[in-house]
Amino acid sequence: MRERNMTREQQSAPRVFRLYGITCAGCVHKIETAVQRVVGVRDARVNLAGKTLTVRGEAEPRACIEAVRSAGYDAEVAKQSERELRAQQHKEEIYHYHQLLWRSAFALLVGVPLMAWGLVTAKVSVNTPTDQLVWGTMGLITLAVLIFCGGHFFSGAWKALRHHSATMDTLVALGTGAAWLFSMGVVVLPQLLPESARHVYFEASAMIVGLISLGQALEVRARGRTNAAVEKLLQLQDSSARVLRDGKEVDIPIEQVQVGDRLRVRPGEKIPVDGEVIEGNSRVDESMLTGEPVPEKKSAGDSLVAGTLNKNGSLLFRADKVGDETRLAQIIEMVKNAQGSRVPIARLADKISAIFVPVVMVIAVVAALIWFNAGPEPRAAHMLVVLTSVLIIACPCALGLATPMSVMVGVGKGAEYGVLVRNGKALQQSCNLDVLVVDKTGTLTEGSPRLTAIDTDGDSDELLQLLASLEQGSEHPLAEAIVSAAHEKKLALQTLGDFEAITAHGVSGTIAGRRVVLGNTKLIRRENIPMGTWQARADQLAEGGRSIIYAAVDGELKGVVAIADPVRGDAEAAIGRLRRLGLRIEMLTGDNRASAEAVARRLKINQVHAELLPEDKERIVAELQRGGERVGMVGDGINDAPALARADVGFAIGAGTDVAIESADVTLMRSSLHGVANAVELSRATLRNIKQNLFGAFIYNTLGIPIAAGILYPLTGMLLSPIVAGAAMALSSLTVVSNANRLRLFKPSEPH
Amino acid sequence: MEVLWVNIIGLLLIAWIIWWFWLGPKHKAGKEVAGGEKLHILVKDGVYEPDRIRMPAGRPATLHFCREDPNPCSEWVLFPDLEISAELALHQETLVEIPASAPGEYPFTCQMQMYRGVLVLEP
Repeated sequence: MRERNMTREQQSAPRVFRLYGITCAGCVHKIETAVQRVVGVRDARVNLAGKTLTVRGEAEPRACIEAVRSAGYDAEVAKQSERELRAQQHKEEIYHYHQLLWRSAFALLVGVPLMAWGLVTAKVSVNTPTDQLVWGTMGLITLAVLIFCGGHFFSGAWKALRHHSATMDTLVALGTGAAWLFSMGVVVLPQLLPESARHVYFEASAMIVGLISLGQALEVRARGRTNAAVEKLLQLQDSSARVLRDGKEVDIPIEQVQVGDRLRVRPGEKIPVDGEVIEGNSRVDESMLTGEPVPEKKSAGDSLVAGTLNKNGSLLFRADKVGDETRLAQIIEMVKNAQGSRVPIARLADKISAIFVPVVMVIAVVAALIWFNAGPEPRAAHMLVVLTSVLIIACPCALGLATPMSVMVGVGKGAEYGVLVRNGKALQQSCNLDVLVVDKTGTLTEGSPRLTAIDTDGDSDELLQLLASLEQGSEHPLAEAIVSAAHEKKLALQTLGDFEAITAHGVSGTIAGRRVVLGNTKLIRRENIPMGTWQARADQLAEGGRSIIYAAVDGELKGVVAIADPVRGDAEAAIGRLRRLGLRIEMLTGDNRASAEAVARRLKINQVHAELLPEDKERIVAELQRGGERVGMVGDGINDAPALARADVGFAIGAGTDVAIESADVTLMRSSLHGVANAVELSRATLRNIKQNLFGAFIYNTLGIPIAAGILYPLTGMLLSPIVAGAAMALSSLTVVSNANRLRLFKPSEPH
Repeated sequence: MEVLWVNIIGLLLIAWIIWWFWLGPKHKAGKEVAGGEKLHILVKDGVYEPDRIRMPAGRPATLHFCREDPNPCSEWVLFPDLEISAELALHQETLVEIPASAPGEYPFTCQMQMYRGVLVLEP
């Protein structure tokens, strides 16, 4: 049956090949006729513009490629885009779902009337030849149900058995098979058993197959939803792009966009590939990737990320990364990878589920033997009921599915909020951190210093112009702050001569015949420039943690400049959230103590490690760990990669660099500490969900199996019906998947 | 007499289960793959076939998984020790890249460990 399905699938899905060496309409004909001749090809069509060949029928792809080659061209199987693949898999899933529903419907159609007959008339024993005939017929009908609706359980069980392994299929096949064989035995040779034990259980076989198939069908649907997050990310990918070719805007399929192409996006359109803006101004909503609620301003020189939404302006941009290289494609890859990874907490469950089925088989036999030796009459019937019920009620699914399903949903949910978790281990460790060590620059502050004050007796613009001219060639962050301040005031820069950078002191140079010196107190002292009253004025400016630079012109101090890295607007709220989550915050920075403490005071952080060298950060993380604390480290990954790697959980913020993504356990797509709080909340929600699932699965099996084995018989005088066992089992795995799906409702506590 | 027989059969059954699933001789040979050869692993009816793959260690390799099993359980294959996982498309070939790794046995399973296989990297 399966073979037939496959061919059917192949027939319905046309195969697409990419062609090489094709130039004209003549080639089209040659290739089409060559491929038409291949056995099994129903139809072959060449698309000259797209250079593709589409083949329908059940021909071997290799034969088609051979045919194209013999015609003088070359071809290869076109790689399906992730989205097409998904769509096709989705179709397969729905097909499988319907198949399971049909199987279940047929099995229940036979099982329910049989069960009703048994409940209503209680005539399910075989005593006369008429009984034998009637029940024999029923047995054959049930056999047909077992073969057509439950055949896959048996073939799977047999295959697994030959591989020395036992699966879910083994349990179902053994349970239903035992019930059927016993019943048939009763029908054929009733005289072997005492009258009270001549009971048939055909209805149990049919009902169990029906119920478990129904459970599997519903599970297929529920499982489909666990992957909604990746689906959503895939939806972000546009299928076409508007490219500028020979001065005209042409719509082409996304696969054909190449690096260097110039593309146009209009307001309300999605950015098709990663690139850099050449022209235009707009706001771009990146929330779908970063979780950052406010749209970003974009103009020439800014980078664009595929999948984000252009809001109000039209943008012309150059494609930098296409296809699998785009950030979106990488995010999808990373999410998929993490979704499949294991969580340490599940190690016990994994161990148990690996040996679960054979253990249950042993338990079933032991229980049956106990009933045979010590149980009341009818012993044979009791044995069978206990054996079947134990085999059927035991559900390795619930146990084995508990963690993977939650991780799948949790990791996917994280991606929605711009939290990319590397693996299950990182997800688990994020939930019980004690300390969060935060690198100040770029995390608590904007990361780019700005000139905040300038104090001079003369014209401040004139001084700024001189200083910016001096610093124009320098790449030091403080220099950039001065130059960009001059740009903002639209001050023209002058030519610079005799430029000299004095390490750890400052710079000097000659502008329009005047010698300009800019640097710290050490430089001023070295140059023998009198400080005068400037020390006091500088101290006043330095309050609030700003860096102070002295400016001297022709040997005379002209002013002081204050430069600071402003604290991020949302840092305080995010720190508050993290503290409420029970984390202690410590700040790391290479800056001087005064400016570090000023920032710490503003953000109410008690612990500050200032004036650090890059390698000190790792040492501090290690020291905290030696104190027995679980340490999370937040950084931008540029010079704190070793510390990120050392920490129990390294959070790379801003996703600015690929290094950060490499070395971090959790990558945050936005440069806000809110991302860390979201990650911690998400990890706690996921772990809670996993624990619920594991607890449920353990309880279910540890209660279910003894009850099925008849432990309640002395109290109730009844054994658990195998049908009830089948229903319970189907329900238990469905419950696990549904509970995992509940995680989709997760929302971080970030206020908007 | 009957009592004795039933008990003996039951105990033999238990012994057989224990022997077959745990103690018994599993076919150790497995499928050997030389460098450069394409290795297909069929995922069908609840098993990987072959379920024991031997390859030279220290070299990256590509495994071709062909999933013909519509059961959602077979959707993922995990190599927990190598931190590799892949989503297998139904009726399609999915390539799984194995990085160069140290010699040893690397089990691969489905999410629930019902489908099991071992990748043996030999020195």
